[in-house]
Amino acid sequence: MGVEGIGASVLRKEDRRFTTGKGRYVDDIKLQGMTHAHFVRSPHGHAKVKGIDSSAALKMPGVVAVLTGQQIVDDKVGNLICGWAVHSKDGTPMKMGAWPAMAPEVVRFVGQAVAVVIAETKNQARDAAEAVEVTYEELPAVTNVKASIATGAPQLHPEAPNNIVYDWALGDEAATNDAFSKAANVVKMDLVNNRLAPNAMEPRAAIAQYDEAEEHFTLYTTSQNPHVARLVLSAFYNIAPENKLRVIAPDVGGGFGSKIFIYPEEMVALWASKKVNRPVKWTGDRTEAFLTDAHGRDHVSHAEMAFDKDNKILGLRVKTHANFGAYMSLFSSSVPTYLYATLLSGQYNIPAIYAEVMGVYTNTSPVDAYRGAGRPEASYLVERMMETAARQLKVDPAELRSKNFIRQFPHQTPVIMAYDIGDFQASLDAAMKSIDYAGFPARKAKAKSEGKLRGIGLSCYIEACGIAPSKAVGSLGAGVGLWESAEIRVNPVGTIEVLTGSHSHGQGHETTFCQLVAERLGVPVSQVSILHGDTDKVQFGMGTYGSRSLAVGGSAIVKALEKVEAKAKKIAAHQLEASESDIVIENGEFKVTGTDKSIALPMVALAAYTAHNLPDGMEPGLKESAFYDPSNFTFPAGTYICEIEVDPGTGKTEFVNFVAADDFGRLINPMIVEGQVHGGLTQGIGQALLEGAVYDSNGQLITASFMDYAMPRADDVPSYKLQHTTTLCPGNPLGVKGCGEAGAIGASAAVINAITDAIGNNHLDMPATPDKVWHAIRAGA
Amino acid sequence: MTAISLTVNGKVVSGNVEDRTLLVQFLRDHLNLTGTHVGCDTSQCGACVVHVDGRAVKSCTTLVGQVDGASVTTIEGLSHGDELHPMQAAFRDNHGLQCGYCTPGMIMSAVDIVQRHGGKLDEATVRHELEGNICRCTGYHNIVKSVLDAAGRMSTAQAAE
Repeated sequence: MGVEGIGASVLRKEDRRFTTGKGRYVDDIKLQGMTHAHFVRSPHGHAKVKGIDSSAALKMPGVVAVLTGQQIVDDKVGNLICGWAVHSKDGTPMKMGAWPAMAPEVVRFVGQAVAVVIAETKNQARDAAEAVEVTYEELPAVTNVKASIATGAPQLHPEAPNNIVYDWALGDEAATNDAFSKAANVVKMDLVNNRLAPNAMEPRAAIAQYDEAEEHFTLYTTSQNPHVARLVLSAFYNIAPENKLRVIAPDVGGGFGSKIFIYPEEMVALWASKKVNRPVKWTGDRTEAFLTDAHGRDHVSHAEMAFDKDNKILGLRVKTHANFGAYMSLFSSSVPTYLYATLLSGQYNIPAIYAEVMGVYTNTSPVDAYRGAGRPEASYLVERMMETAARQLKVDPAELRSKNFIRQFPHQTPVIMAYDIGDFQASLDAAMKSIDYAGFPARKAKAKSEGKLRGIGLSCYIEACGIAPSKAVGSLGAGVGLWESAEIRVNPVGTIEVLTGSHSHGQGHETTFCQLVAERLGVPVSQVSILHGDTDKVQFGMGTYGSRSLAVGGSAIVKALEKVEAKAKKIAAHQLEASESDIVIENGEFKVTGTDKSIALPMVALAAYTAHNLPDGMEPGLKESAFYDPSNFTFPAGTYICEIEVDPGTGKTEFVNFVAADDFGRLINPMIVEGQVHGGLTQGIGQALLEGAVYDSNGQLITASFMDYAMPRADDVPSYKLQHTTTLCPGNPLGVKGCGEAGAIGASAAVINAITDAIGNNHLDMPATPDKVWHAIRAGA
Repeated sequence: MTAISLTVNGKVVSGNVEDRTLLVQFLRDHLNLTGTHVGCDTSQCGACVVHVDGRAVKSCTTLVGQVDGASVTTIEGLSHGDELHPMQAAFRDNHGLQCGYCTPGMIMSAVDIVQRHGGKLDEATVRHELEGNICRCTGYHNIVKSVLDAAGRMSTAQAAE
């Protein structure tokens, strides 16, 4: 490894601008003649829109226009779509209700927009929005999945009878029933996976600019995938053809999934910018983020696991109700199906699995991918089941897991996934050693003598990342391919630009991707720039989510670098009058092996662009591009162990230790990888202890600000002990697996397993607030 | 409208503003100092922290009229030319930031914490003091490391003066 190549903890290139206040986020951008938008939003969970009177608002200072849902429908702007077709077990397609960008007739969740005010200043737009008179006829609302499918429940969409989007299944039902009929023991459990608000610190924002002369739009937006935004806005929403729409996602302040989707606000901003023929800016506030950013999780499940007399797992049966909210968001249908049930085998050899998932509409904010997306729900279910089984079967939880680990690879699970490689015992051992698992009983006894309840909890997670092989996801209903593109431009003086379809919103691509170039061409990272987030610069890309940027986007960069290297070697050989096969690259020099003859990369690049002396028939220039489509998912896996202490008097949980042992394959920048794990773990702990988006029965979100929704803060979480074990991913040229979601996938089960171990009562749902834990202690006593 | 005059990052600035103008709006919209961010509007997340007469203040819940005549330092005014403030350098060196959105407020709060506690900082104190700043990316692990590192650098720098 070079000092800046693969495996080096290179400090981040992006940090100078971020630490000095020079980041450039959407809300920081001002355009000449810019107006400001403020949305008029429904205060009701479910209501008919009987009329909108804008007359008073239009007379207010600075108001440019008031536009309504009916106008956007009349202008034939397309309804929002869900881009992944999932079919019910009876073969019928999912039942999707229409979702106009602003509601012309019916509102189905609190915060749904019905109109927008465009004004000269943000305050003027906000003031005028309060003067827009909307007459509603309230309808009964339903927010809970089980209540929503009950007889007599309020009906949300005429397209979806009984509020059911789909009734889907995966696996072999007969084989699973057969496994249960042979079981020596069956473990059963009901689980709730709590609804979360993603809460990237930067609220969503959009600026739309219409160029009348060119009939061309530019959209600045807080997006994790600007090309996907352009594709959807052009192909489905009739905003403009792709060549007349430029989408720019500049610095983006966190995403965690919530900025994948195309939202009504950017559609309205684009549409309105043409209507008023001036740039239109919208920046959400935090409560708008709570109300309108797609939420995550929200599953209610029943699970049963069958064991033989030797405690080997025979089968797993799962029935899950997934809450979709009021509309189907862009990738929502895939989250509780192909991103969830396909991971129900966990790290274990389970011969038979049958999972049924019912997707249900309710009068709540739409639910879609949030960090981990389906995989945290699967991991939480499997790992709570394993811990519960160990307690019921009276065996050590580590031993029960170890006994059932998959040890031969590749391994075909009964739920689609084919795990390519792993060493689950290695990460379990590393975590147990790090936390001194053997010494826990003594520590528990000592804590007890001090009046505290101490518990330890394991979670052996697995996830499918590197999303995703296009052909495979296409066969499962995805509306897009999930490859990635890259372009390497070596400039005439040897500096390099890397154009990538991945998008960085905290992941440090501007550093990690440069390290790939440094490793290959020996160029210092200071001479390499990463360009991303602009559809006019990067030809195409699928963006960043699903821990895919390095495994898929990085692999595309490697493929393009291979082409650059091959051409550069040809030029160097020609210049040095040597055989191409004798050229080696060392520290940015192209050398003739075994001689002192060499030529530096800048001279090779210059030769490529002057084209005075190139091999016969060679095109000038040194610029190559590549598309990389993975052959399989990647499978990061690991073990998290959490040791906690509960105060029986207050129910408050304190961390004693939290250990994470992850196998992400090869690490390019260990410092950045560890940062990703810290952040993921904290979101997982947040779900386990603090967070929950809560609705009342009328559909009011009663946790719609940071005063009501408990975000993890610095003194809620511990410092972490991280370990890395390594099996190199065989499916991509870098051997990498992805690290962005692991923490959020594995942490919550470890925490709840530790608390339930401490208090001796397994009936505990997230978030395990002191109040809930206190009651569980009493109920279990 | 109200006439106000204050010092921002060492320069006297004045203007006529609506009475309801918040300090953060004045900094971002009038002075184009966009390093100070708004993350929550309810004084919870701390992305908007600046220093007013040397003390950390949440600029999203301060009217600019309240700081008429005061001296305000924002993230843009923290470094000495090209040389980063020890807290900025510590955040960079310890990977104390990811998306960068909470970072300016986090750094301004952290400088205030170190100034108030001097060299007597430990992990528990830093975590407790950072309660008013939310970060969704880092899990705080490396932020805590950064603040402790910077506390050392700042006391060394002070001793050298």
